[in-house]
Amino acid sequence: MNTITRSTRLSKVAGVISVVLVAALIAVPWWAVASTEHLLAEFCIYLALASLWNLLAGYTGLVSVGQQAYVGLGGYVLFTCSVFLGLHPILSILLAGLAAALVAVPVAALVFRLQGAYFAIGTWVVAEVFRLSFAQMTALGGGSGYSLPVPIIKMLGDAKPVREANIYWISLALGIGALALVYTLLRSKIGLALTAIRDSEIASSSLGVKIDRIKYAVYIAVAALTSMVGCIIFLQKLRISPDAAFSVNDWTAFVIFIVVIGGIGTIEGPILGTIIYFLLREYLANLGSIYLMILGALAIVIMLTAPKGIWGYISKRWNIALFPVGYRINFKD
Amino acid sequence: MDWLNAIVQGILVGGLYAMFAAGLSLIFGVMRLVNIAHGDLIILASYLAWAIVHATGLHPLASLIIVVPLMAGFGYALQRGILNRTLGKDILPPLLVTFGLSVILQNGLLEYFTADSRKLDAGFLETSSFPLLPGINIGVLPLLMFVSAVAIIAGLQFLFYRTSLGRAFRATSDDTEIAQLMGLDNKKVYAWAMALCLAVVAIAGVFLAIRSNFDPFMGPGRLIFGFEAVIIGGLGNLWGTLVGGVILGVAQGLGAQVDPGYQLLAGHVTFLLVLAFRPTGLYPRVSG
Repeated sequence: MNTITRSTRLSKVAGVISVVLVAALIAVPWWAVASTEHLLAEFCIYLALASLWNLLAGYTGLVSVGQQAYVGLGGYVLFTCSVFLGLHPILSILLAGLAAALVAVPVAALVFRLQGAYFAIGTWVVAEVFRLSFAQMTALGGGSGYSLPVPIIKMLGDAKPVREANIYWISLALGIGALALVYTLLRSKIGLALTAIRDSEIASSSLGVKIDRIKYAVYIAVAALTSMVGCIIFLQKLRISPDAAFSVNDWTAFVIFIVVIGGIGTIEGPILGTIIYFLLREYLANLGSIYLMILGALAIVIMLTAPKGIWGYISKRWNIALFPVGYRINFKD
Repeated sequence: MDWLNAIVQGILVGGLYAMFAAGLSLIFGVMRLVNIAHGDLIILASYLAWAIVHATGLHPLASLIIVVPLMAGFGYALQRGILNRTLGKDILPPLLVTFGLSVILQNGLLEYFTADSRKLDAGFLETSSFPLLPGINIGVLPLLMFVSAVAIIAGLQFLFYRTSLGRAFRATSDDTEIAQLMGLDNKKVYAWAMALCLAVVAIAGVFLAIRSNFDPFMGPGRLIFGFEAVIIGGLGNLWGTLVGGVILGVAQGLGAQVDPGYQLLAGHVTFLLVLAFRPTGLYPRVSG
């Protein structure tokens, strides 16, 4: 008899390996050197940004080129809460998520009026408005920026190793949290609706899928989490300025390359993409601008030859999924 | 009087923004493509003109004789070689491919021309002006820029509605499949449209290079100005892009009059206000 299953032997193995991997990652501060810990924290940050952008662009069809708006907003909320209210950084991170969700409501109402590619540039304009506005705020250092006061940093631990371990754990929580969110969301009814919208907006809306409501909800949730990631980025950097906070290259261009190369519209894609991105950076970053040209060319070649990225190619070629969100039919004959 | 002056100068700068916008509007109208690298192509044209002027000693405006055909040829090849392969129902490929192109152009220019900002010197053209009203002088260059923008848009309008190439553009835009049945090769039509777009981009790039300093990273800003002018004016309406450019120029001029830090912000906020209250722009013609 034919059966319909979601998990496969491979996905069960992948699940077990993931649990072991996460345990090993949680224990990093006890077994790794500081530089590895730092690199892994950065890895988690890009993994989170890539997974969130993928949820937005790959699954919801909202191709934003302006997610740096929320990275920067998160950073600035952290600095504002720390400098003027003296709040604990972890509390500030939660507040930043809340603030970004509130800001995302009117922003979404505006940019959702633009279709497709125009939506992309519209989100970019919004990010520019944020950058220029924060550059005008002299209380937050204006265009030249602001440093995080030492007492606030000490709230995360008096000794440097403790502090860095705490920052690492927050990054890890956000990285794994973003992945887990995408995974559970796609396995839920919302995931089904998203897939339906992706395949045909008209057909899904005629079957009762509330397209607008779902798009709004995803946009706002992604904004909130992106802004929390922004907090941890600037908690690590200890200094913020409008140009660094709202950089389209650092917080959007690289993220887009990661997702496109790894595989847009797949859960595994951003993970693979982030690994490839860090490997390329390790070996090619000293080429400077040529490195960026290579990344751009790689993204173009992949988009033209394998639009679902490297993971999309692998998963189609061998019909595998490490974190399955769909169902498969097993024919027995 | 300062305020009136800011408005007059804003109108004239609006001509340049309309040139940025006309190419975007043309491409979107014919093939529904939004080229993220549009601004970087403008800056590429500026650098081409700079290189030609420095190699030959030509006047910057005379360099157009070389820059325009070069950019148009590049546009034709770009469309046939890469962009045609991205067009389809899915909006992601063209968006992400032109995004990659934008990063390649910026860093290529940085690698070849360094990060130093450059400018083209057009001699007396830049410095001469005549009084319009007491306290308000019109520069010859801004006026020439505005007149060129009007001429370009009039020319495009003529081409679109009065020539056989324009008929091919409109037919392909209306219904690609029927146009193909009638014997049009849509890939060639798209390539001609991109060639035309980059010819306009070349003129805009040369004017930009004469008007102000430029560096490899100015492209995205120009893309945004052009995009804002398109949306303010209304999608698919060429004269609308001129109005959009002028509104943007005036908003920036007035913002700068209040505080130099508000120049760009005033333009963006005006765009967002139009989006909030007239989401289809002032003179819409086609829907997305």
